[in-house]
Amino acid sequence: MSTEAADTLEISLQVNGAPVRRRVASRLHLADFLREELGLTGTHLGCEHGVCGACTVRVDGEIVRSCLVLAVQADGARVETIEGLSAAGTVGALQRAFHERNALQCGFCTPAMLLAAAELVERQPDASREDIRRHLSGNYCRCTGYQAIVDAVEVVCRAHRAGGIR
Amino acid sequence: MKEGGTMPPARGTMQYIGASLPRANALRLLAGRGQYVDDLQLPRLAHAVMVRSPHAHARIVSIAADAARDAPGVLRILTGPDVAQLCRPYVGVLLHVKGMRSAPQLPLALGRARWQGEPVVAVVAESRAQAEDAAQLVEIGWEELPPVTDAETALDPGAPVIHPEFGDNLCFERVVDTGDVDAVFARADHVVEATFVTSRHAPMPLETRGIVADFNPAEKHLTVWQSTQVPYMMQWILAHHFGLPETSVRVIAPDVGGGFGLKIHVFGDEMAAVAASLVLGRPVKFIADRLESFVSDNHARGHRVKMRMAVSREGDILAVDMDDLYGIGPFSGYPRASVNEGLQVVNLAGGPYQQRVYRGRSRAVFQNKPMYGQYRAVGHPVACAITEGTVDLAAAAVGMDPAEFRRRNYIPADRFPYTLVSGPTFEKLSQHEALDRLLAMMDYTGLRREQAELRPRGVHRGIGLASFVENSNSSSATYGQGGVSIAAQDACTIKLTATGGLAVATSLTEMGQGAHAVAMQVAASAAGVPIDRVKVVLGDTDATPYGGGNFGSRGTGIGGEAVFQAARALRANILAFVARLTESEPSLLDVREGNVVDAESGALRMTLEDVARTAYFRTDRVPRDFQPELTVTRSYAQKYYSGVFTNGIQASYLEVDTDTGFVKLLRHWVVDDCGTIVNPLLVDEQIRGAVVQGIGAALFEQCIYSPEGQLLNGSLIDYLVPMAAEMPDIEIGHCVTPTATSELGAKGAGEAGTAGAPAAIMNAINDALKPFGARVTMQPFTPERILRALGKAGAA
Amino acid sequence: MKAAAFSYVKPRSLAETFDLLERHGEGARLLAGGQSLIAALNMRLDTPRVLIDLNGLKELSGIRVDRDSIAIGALTRHRSLELSEDVSQHLPLIHAAMPFVAHAAIRNRGTFGGSIAFADPAAELPACCIALDARFVIRSRAGERRVAAREFFKGLYETDLRPGEVLAGGEFARSGVPYRYSFQELARRHGDYAIVGVAACARIGAGVLSGVRIAFCGMGPTPMLASAAAAALDGRACSRDVIAHAQASLAQDLAPFDDLYQTAATRMHLARVLLGRAIAQLTTDYEY
Repeated sequence: MSTEAADTLEISLQVNGAPVRRRVASRLHLADFLREELGLTGTHLGCEHGVCGACTVRVDGEIVRSCLVLAVQADGARVETIEGLSAAGTVGALQRAFHERNALQCGFCTPAMLLAAAELVERQPDASREDIRRHLSGNYCRCTGYQAIVDAVEVVCRAHRAGGIR
Repeated sequence: MKEGGTMPPARGTMQYIGASLPRANALRLLAGRGQYVDDLQLPRLAHAVMVRSPHAHARIVSIAADAARDAPGVLRILTGPDVAQLCRPYVGVLLHVKGMRSAPQLPLALGRARWQGEPVVAVVAESRAQAEDAAQLVEIGWEELPPVTDAETALDPGAPVIHPEFGDNLCFERVVDTGDVDAVFARADHVVEATFVTSRHAPMPLETRGIVADFNPAEKHLTVWQSTQVPYMMQWILAHHFGLPETSVRVIAPDVGGGFGLKIHVFGDEMAAVAASLVLGRPVKFIADRLESFVSDNHARGHRVKMRMAVSREGDILAVDMDDLYGIGPFSGYPRASVNEGLQVVNLAGGPYQQRVYRGRSRAVFQNKPMYGQYRAVGHPVACAITEGTVDLAAAAVGMDPAEFRRRNYIPADRFPYTLVSGPTFEKLSQHEALDRLLAMMDYTGLRREQAELRPRGVHRGIGLASFVENSNSSSATYGQGGVSIAAQDACTIKLTATGGLAVATSLTEMGQGAHAVAMQVAASAAGVPIDRVKVVLGDTDATPYGGGNFGSRGTGIGGEAVFQAARALRANILAFVARLTESEPSLLDVREGNVVDAESGALRMTLEDVARTAYFRTDRVPRDFQPELTVTRSYAQKYYSGVFTNGIQASYLEVDTDTGFVKLLRHWVVDDCGTIVNPLLVDEQIRGAVVQGIGAALFEQCIYSPEGQLLNGSLIDYLVPMAAEMPDIEIGHCVTPTATSELGAKGAGEAGTAGAPAAIMNAINDALKPFGARVTMQPFTPERILRALGKAGAA
Repeated sequence: MKAAAFSYVKPRSLAETFDLLERHGEGARLLAGGQSLIAALNMRLDTPRVLIDLNGLKELSGIRVDRDSIAIGALTRHRSLELSEDVSQHLPLIHAAMPFVAHAAIRNRGTFGGSIAFADPAAELPACCIALDARFVIRSRAGERRVAAREFFKGLYETDLRPGEVLAGGEFARSGVPYRYSFQELARRHGDYAIVGVAACARIGAGVLSGVRIAFCGMGPTPMLASAAAAALDGRACSRDVIAHAQASLAQDLAPFDDLYQTAATRMHLARVLLGRAIAQLTTDYEY
């Protein structure tokens, strides 16, 4: 990357396992890049000022708010979104648990909630209900009472401890 | 009441009604494959951005838009007069609500802006970012006018008048007076009173409002994708106001990221985006960003209520005297008006108790704040808080346990249907049963013991009860009778598919509450078809029969009943057909698990696939004088009451830190009676979500304005919504009193949680504060207000 | 809600960074974790011409423990601080404060230096740095200078950083004698900026507190060092009277203002309550 300041830059990164190369505007945030450039609309925008958590994605294995990361900053990074994380692993287990418990209504917060929860399950599978509530407190859900979400995450934590997530 | 007998009795197992099945349509949402309005991309899609008034009240002196017009990517700039040429003005009044008034309104301000955030200019560009860049170049010359921002002084002589033609700022006043009120108060053993305040707050769905309007000039046809709860209402509105034939307007509600009543109103910015598409002949997207949502979404609540209750020494409520004042926006909202909150407060203050003597007044005043409208549980949280707060005071005054006081004053079980002196009729409530169940669930006496044991240790816990009622399944009394074109009816079309499945098209709409799942479960049960062979289509005026959609806790009760009737009718048609084919009698047959069987023995007569194949492909086998009808439509409207009331009771258990004023919620319980429950899994979490919204009102949510009418906390950083960490576990119990107004017997479940929670929290806080002689009645109950009540704010 | 246009550059060295700062002057902003900056850009509250992304400067990242001091690089993520054994062992006050810093996704991205340089008076880390008497290392083309944390915060979102300078990190003295610490915070919701927070540390021997340092967040235009309260405690055997005196002394130390939800007077009251709780934690297992 050049050390001249530029309005648009060429970036190359890995998104859901596939290499991506694009020229993007400096001001474009990662959420808009994923949504508008790559059509990965499972990442949602709820506030665009870093509070609601709906735009949560993984960058280099860690959850971040993609409205608070510029697309150009993702140059060279490994980005994962709900589209790439579905069906298998921790997120898959969470999806099943969310489904069984109706831990979603409108679904707008859900992909981000799943990614946030997955990080907790993987980092702290012995999390208490209170831990789960605190960890998810950066993700706004207006529909549920959060309880079904906490229940679902609790179950998956338990399964993870028992080595039950494939 | 179930008149008719036009239908064969329901048979089969009804196996899916009452079953806690996961929602089929949740799978795509979980996988990130939902499709919300902002996810939609169309060729030549343009983006609209609004320039909004920075002032609460100001005259538009000039608009200089040349620089914006020349900015990169800009396609069109629309001002108030531009849109006025395309859009017929609207007035948000209900004709049957006597005396209410409002002024004509247009999508973009014309001459004068009346709230901070009112859209004034629409900038349309190739991208959202370009439109925002250009919007910053629009220069509007303003002449500030004195704003009306405090409802308390809005009616003062000398207050600025928002609509000079009215002479004052009164939108609407309703008074109910049974007479004798003063006399009863004068001779009552106890009179308790308090002033309750609820904050102005915002519905705040996570998905903001949004629309894509695509006008095709070749066909003069408008297609609109909108985050809406009410496609048919919007179809009527768009056709009427933009002068298009209704048949040239299609409204599609894709996945909707939460509604809560926000998405049933008409918004100027969305109308302006439609106007832009009409002008440009290409698709235009407008997505309200979060910051503009704060100043352009319809708000709700914001009441100040003076409440008095007269009580006998035995503990009987003798009379209620209530005075409600609330500030709406500068116009009454269109098309549903902004008076329903006040109407509900007047109607339900003192309910769900026996009403003897009552005087109630509600006044809605115009003010220079954002538009105001229906939001989850319209008025009920206010009515519930003032009633239940006063009931606790009354119980304390007579020295009675609050639970016992409630039981004593509930409407006796043998007096239903019971008509309140204020008008509404309760078909049947289950208050005593709900109370008993709640007290058992929470171990009321055990908690009281624990509370007493902890007091000496400086741990101050409180228990708060709140009985509630909630209007659901509304008749045309709400809108249709007021001259507003919003369907009170819903409909469902079901066809038997060629392989023996069901294709269900319903006017119900889905915004996450589970209408899709309800339609599947009801249709599968009533038709006798395995649920995995049912497909549901909703949210598209081109694809579904006519109906109201989802608002006011009507989805399952009204739309669900239409599905039920349609599925029953299809089943009857199938039986008649097979009876004819097999030379049998319909009454000897049944549809079970997707097969037509002998009703007695269960022996297979014909699979539904064979039925469909015969009817569709092998018409040579169908008798010439018989035409099977395997596509049926049924409609349903509730016509017996203005609404069918649900009821229940909530309890909160919490701890107040009397040094900091912080409240820790420990547990919450709800016993709800929504009649027949189609899917308990959905109902329970929906109630919890509603409770959490009520907790939001009680503890956090509040739009804070400067005296000049500027919103001071218009971001999600400063406007506090309830998050997971502070919410308690919420235990749900049920009583089941099906309504007799329908076959299905379902009432609404979406709002009651929000209605009762603030009162339960308030009563619990005040219960905790009782030893200190402190009390809070102004929502939200912030640490500041609690410390103030304790005399500790700013102490030392 | 899209940011106004700006250009972006990611220097590979501090020398390049200084060049860029010189070239772009006041129109440039340094981008570290971006957790406050990018929100401000999205809201168009800030419209810089150039963003200089520091994230390529590996030398600004990491936690280093020397014989006498612990150094935290400006680009060290909150998450790294939270997990660091070194921080937990040598800077337990910071370790205790980390869970109060926003939410997991923010902590994964936000940086130590970003939090210090942004200087939000309600943030946790600036108050901790003052309580721990940290020094900040500041670099520019002219070289390197060090500023005591208590001198660094000049006013609301204002710091001692001058044009052309980059905050490189913080340094904390390794104390010979183990000290006790307490971090307490009141926020309306978990992860919110504090209404009031207190970072306190002290040594204790025979019931007597010494080396008391107390700093508050959310109680003035900058993180506030509570010197008068510390003096009221220092060298004294803890008693209810001593604590009450320290609480009363906060009037000299703090300058709260009204916020959206609380009056200044209430926040002062809450600060006193929190101070009492912090002292209680410092003196756990001592009777008084």
